[in-house]
Amino acid sequence: MNLLFPLAYLVAAIMFIQGIRRLSKVRTAKSGNTLSAFAMLIAIVVTMVLVSGQAAWPFVLGGMVVGSLIGLVAARRVEMTEMPELVALFNGFGGGASALVSLALFFAMFSNHGSGDFSLVGGPGAPITTSSSAVSAILGLIIGAITLSGSYVAFLKLNGTVQGNAFSFSGRNLVNGILLIAPLLAGLALCFVAFDPGVALIVMLAITVLALIVGVTATLPIGGADMPVVISLLNSLSGVAAAMAGFAVQNPLLIVAGSLVGASGLILTQIMCKAMNRTLAGVLFKSFGSTSGGREGYDNVKESSAEEVAMLLDDAERVVFVPGYGLAVAQAQHVTRELATLLEARGVEVAYAIHPVAGRMPGHMNVLLAEADVPYEQLQEMDKINPEFKTTDVSIVLGANDVVNPAALSDKESPIYGMPILNVHESRTVVVIKRSLSPGFAGIRNELFDYDNTVMVFGDAKKVLTDMVAEVKENA
Amino acid sequence: MFDNIDQAMQAFEPLTVGLFIFALAIFLGYELITKVPPTLHTPLMSGSNAISGITIVGALYCASNEYSLLANTLGAVAICFAMINVVGGFTVTRRMLAMFGGKKKS
Repeated sequence: MNLLFPLAYLVAAIMFIQGIRRLSKVRTAKSGNTLSAFAMLIAIVVTMVLVSGQAAWPFVLGGMVVGSLIGLVAARRVEMTEMPELVALFNGFGGGASALVSLALFFAMFSNHGSGDFSLVGGPGAPITTSSSAVSAILGLIIGAITLSGSYVAFLKLNGTVQGNAFSFSGRNLVNGILLIAPLLAGLALCFVAFDPGVALIVMLAITVLALIVGVTATLPIGGADMPVVISLLNSLSGVAAAMAGFAVQNPLLIVAGSLVGASGLILTQIMCKAMNRTLAGVLFKSFGSTSGGREGYDNVKESSAEEVAMLLDDAERVVFVPGYGLAVAQAQHVTRELATLLEARGVEVAYAIHPVAGRMPGHMNVLLAEADVPYEQLQEMDKINPEFKTTDVSIVLGANDVVNPAALSDKESPIYGMPILNVHESRTVVVIKRSLSPGFAGIRNELFDYDNTVMVFGDAKKVLTDMVAEVKENA
Repeated sequence: MFDNIDQAMQAFEPLTVGLFIFALAIFLGYELITKVPPTLHTPLMSGSNAISGITIVGALYCASNEYSLLANTLGAVAICFAMINVVGGFTVTRRMLAMFGGKKKS
């Protein structure tokens, strides 16, 4: 075999490594993305040349054109507030593609198979030639199918079609365990045991269906605020599925690129878990917050208005905005920036406090605020800004809830005890802009609302902020 | 275990080499990305997601005249899914990173 093709794959692999390295630093991220895109171009062109002799062109080109158009339109049209939904869907397509590769390999073998019993290893010999390819193809199918259906459930939760609250049934870990082990065993059997062709077909389809089901049942019970963990994990799985497809077709480029994605997704998963003081096992296997113990209701809530808050802001020297998922829902990032600019113009020091799991996806708030042209330096990480709340005059909480609940620091009984929070309660005045007093994802009351230095402004964040901007302008 | 040295030297089949690559690439990925600032969490995810579209290489193998119509059709859908991932992922990452760069203020 010509040495040129493997070398071209090697070049692409090195470019992917460099690309993903550059993607993890702000200064070099753009070039990293471009480099990875070129690596992908090389990989695709080289492969097309490689298979050109026998390629079924209508299928190849049809798939490429349709996929490119869908991808391009989705990426161009998506609102920054919908980014978690888009990323979830893309994760699913990645996993789905790997699962389909395994299925296509199976059916390629199956239809070349003559009469008699069928097994993946020791079948007609092509395209799957070794037992390791066969096992990898099965693993790629299962992991890919779980990623596909799991991502779709995540997508439905993120866009609100399926309730984001933790939903659970007793014994679900047992059910999920069986649902996961059954297709694995069936897959191994299909590799090494010769079945009647009709049975083999049913087994293959059963594996696919079971894997799709376990993706749903494993994702469904996980609550909305755990979404950053779930999306990161699905991201990682889409990479692992690609690596498995790489073993199946014996192409090291797929193994390298897939593993890199698997690792980066795993790192994000860890960061998210740490930020919530939870373990990955806890997120996946334990229901959270469905039981709310302790005190309910509030007895010291002070309602305020845009007008009063504007007066507060008149006297403030330092203001911190604390965005959460509610900001994304209300699409209030631009008006937030407008208010901040007004305040800055009169010499107020403005900062934004970003909790690592604020929103529904790692980095969700950073993307939203960047869209509204908020200067990068004003976005401050939790560890950096926490000591500075003591010297903050007004903290404005925009649709964040559990990440500012002081119960995490003081109440040992609280389900969120131990989770690192933003210490907004230490600022002189806290303004909470929220639709109602309803609890956040954790389903527990937020002690902050009862604090003496907290005032609540009820309403849609965008509307409230727009009113505030008008009031502040009037006072000027 | 082996009868002669030749056999011992051939212990590295494609599978074992593949496992080596797999293990090393995961460690490499882990070391490369450990310290990623929160601003880049989303772009890293969408960008690396685009890279997982590399599975298109496997999909391209499947849409071949040597295989059945069903295999080709599945291959074509796999190609389509992977391209959504690749084109969509790189494009949206570029869009996000442009926002980060566009508002540099001194």
